[in-house]
Amino acid sequence: MFKSAGVKTLFMTPFCLWAGIFIFVPLLCMIWYGLTNDDEIFTPANLTLAFEPPYFKALLLSIGLALVSTIICLLLAYPLCLILTDKARDLSTAVSLLFILPLWMNSLLLTMAWQTILEKNGIINQVLRYFNLPDVALINTPTAIIIGMVYNFLPYMVLPLYVSLSKIDKRIIEAARDLGASYMQTFWKVILPLSLPGAAGGMTMVFIPALTTFVISALLGGGKLLLIGNVIEQEFIAGYNWHWGAGLSMVLMIFILINMAVTIFFDNSHEEVEEK
Amino acid sequence: MESKKFFALCILIFTLALTGCGLSAEEEKSDNVVYVYSWGDYLDPEVLEKFEEETGIRVILDEYDTNETMYPRVAEGAVHYDVICPSDYMVQKMIANNLLQPLNFDFLPNAKEYIGEDFFRQSQSFDSENEYSVPYCWGTVGIMYDKTRVEEFPNSWTILWEEKYKDEILMQDSARDALMIPLKIMGKSMNETDKTALKLARDMLIKQKPIVQAYVVDEVKDKLISGEAKMGVVFSGEALMIMLENPNYDFVVPREGTNFWIDSWVITRDAENVENAHKFIDFMCRPDIAVINFDYLGYSTPNIAVQDLEEDEEIRESPVAFPNPEVYSGQETYKYLGNDMDRYYNNLWLQVKVE
Repeated sequence: MFKSAGVKTLFMTPFCLWAGIFIFVPLLCMIWYGLTNDDEIFTPANLTLAFEPPYFKALLLSIGLALVSTIICLLLAYPLCLILTDKARDLSTAVSLLFILPLWMNSLLLTMAWQTILEKNGIINQVLRYFNLPDVALINTPTAIIIGMVYNFLPYMVLPLYVSLSKIDKRIIEAARDLGASYMQTFWKVILPLSLPGAAGGMTMVFIPALTTFVISALLGGGKLLLIGNVIEQEFIAGYNWHWGAGLSMVLMIFILINMAVTIFFDNSHEEVEEK
Repeated sequence: MESKKFFALCILIFTLALTGCGLSAEEEKSDNVVYVYSWGDYLDPEVLEKFEEETGIRVILDEYDTNETMYPRVAEGAVHYDVICPSDYMVQKMIANNLLQPLNFDFLPNAKEYIGEDFFRQSQSFDSENEYSVPYCWGTVGIMYDKTRVEEFPNSWTILWEEKYKDEILMQDSARDALMIPLKIMGKSMNETDKTALKLARDMLIKQKPIVQAYVVDEVKDKLISGEAKMGVVFSGEALMIMLENPNYDFVVPREGTNFWIDSWVITRDAENVENAHKFIDFMCRPDIAVINFDYLGYSTPNIAVQDLEEDEEIRESPVAFPNPEVYSGQETYKYLGNDMDRYYNNLWLQVKVE
């Protein structure tokens, strides 16, 4: 039934319509706003704006914090996924459930919970005071934003990494061990290269939302640390300057495209390895 | 067999479409409605119920959290509203952009009788002939401070620059409200358009940034009640709420001056239910209704009959709840400074925030 071209088209239509109306048309609107000024004259000024001092500073801070949290997510997720794929099944379902569980809750609530944990009179400091230890100033610092990003986006790193690690044929690892490779050699030469696509996918899925977030920085940064997402939000809402906001969003999209290109590159090189 | 199923499906879809149409037609028939677009949580739900009961007019309420989110929705004509409740400078901007219509005060007897003269006079700074707006809430901006932890009496904005309160100060996160404070310290108008003065104000805010704990909007209430900071810049209506929750706090309007803000009811130019809109605004000005809203909100009301109707003595006598408008008669109200100046203010504020 599904083989007939007509039926295929029929089933594709809703998605194509959806994508057209809710992805393609808004994107065109954004590009239109991004490339014009108030008098509807074409200009690249909104794009170069991103490289002027206040905006560029916010952009650099966003890229920096997003990179740091992506790397932390990777370092946390990799060992966990190795353990999950290695050990008995019953444990792995429980642990992966624990990781997926936070995804069922609204990320705004999760971030607000972190606010009460990190605050000056928050949970961490109250525990420290109980033991007569000095307070730590965490809220409204870059550290707080990174904690929020890692917490919110870690599941997006774990899932693709887990999938790609569990896809590795156990016999390949056994063969490597059988041919005299030490555990470390097996890891570096077999497991790591085969898991790269998962790692690359996970890094994209963490880096992009971390780069564009404005909620986490607003709640945990106390408005003192401005990420590019906050600047765009401010241009659209407080500034009522959709042209600048759209221009900045387009610049941000360039960075996202670069990131995706890197991922695709990793995916392809992996396929070549397999073909060999 | 196959064609029968298809036929059944067609009938099903057809009936669904019909009932759908029937519903929407019915909805359009009861056109006795008024579309209200107001600040979030700015009306007691009980008041809306009473209005619907008494007049038979259905209220369809949408809410916004800043003037700036409201403006594009109305200006771009995305949604039609009849009644809106913008702040002072936004009323002026909407008048300037031809988005409002003059009110007919013959249909607003309660507004004429119970809304204080002082407020109409103050409104003239943004609605020069008092043609377009009826004041709903008003207030000032000042410093809320913890009496037990701040030794001096902070009757000057300059206390917000004192090194010893490092990490204990909460500031407002909006361009106009933030720049207002250094401008007032310099003795300038908060509607300043001289760029040199504005840049100086920006530099003062940058200098202050290391000792500020956070730039906040609505969170200021929670943070002060829980004692996160010793002082913060708050609106007088919020101040009353904080004091009722945590009696350690007191509110003071610094001597350099403050923002005398007014949120007013206006009717849009494209309003389809003009008569109902007038009825709604007039209903809000009725003293027994105004007192319900006041108890719910805590923001000062321009309605002169409310103080006598207020039952709670502590609130009735509170100068924070019922400030004497004459004390503030010399104070300024925000004006709309034009699109370019708006952007200039926003850009200066951005420079402070990325620093």
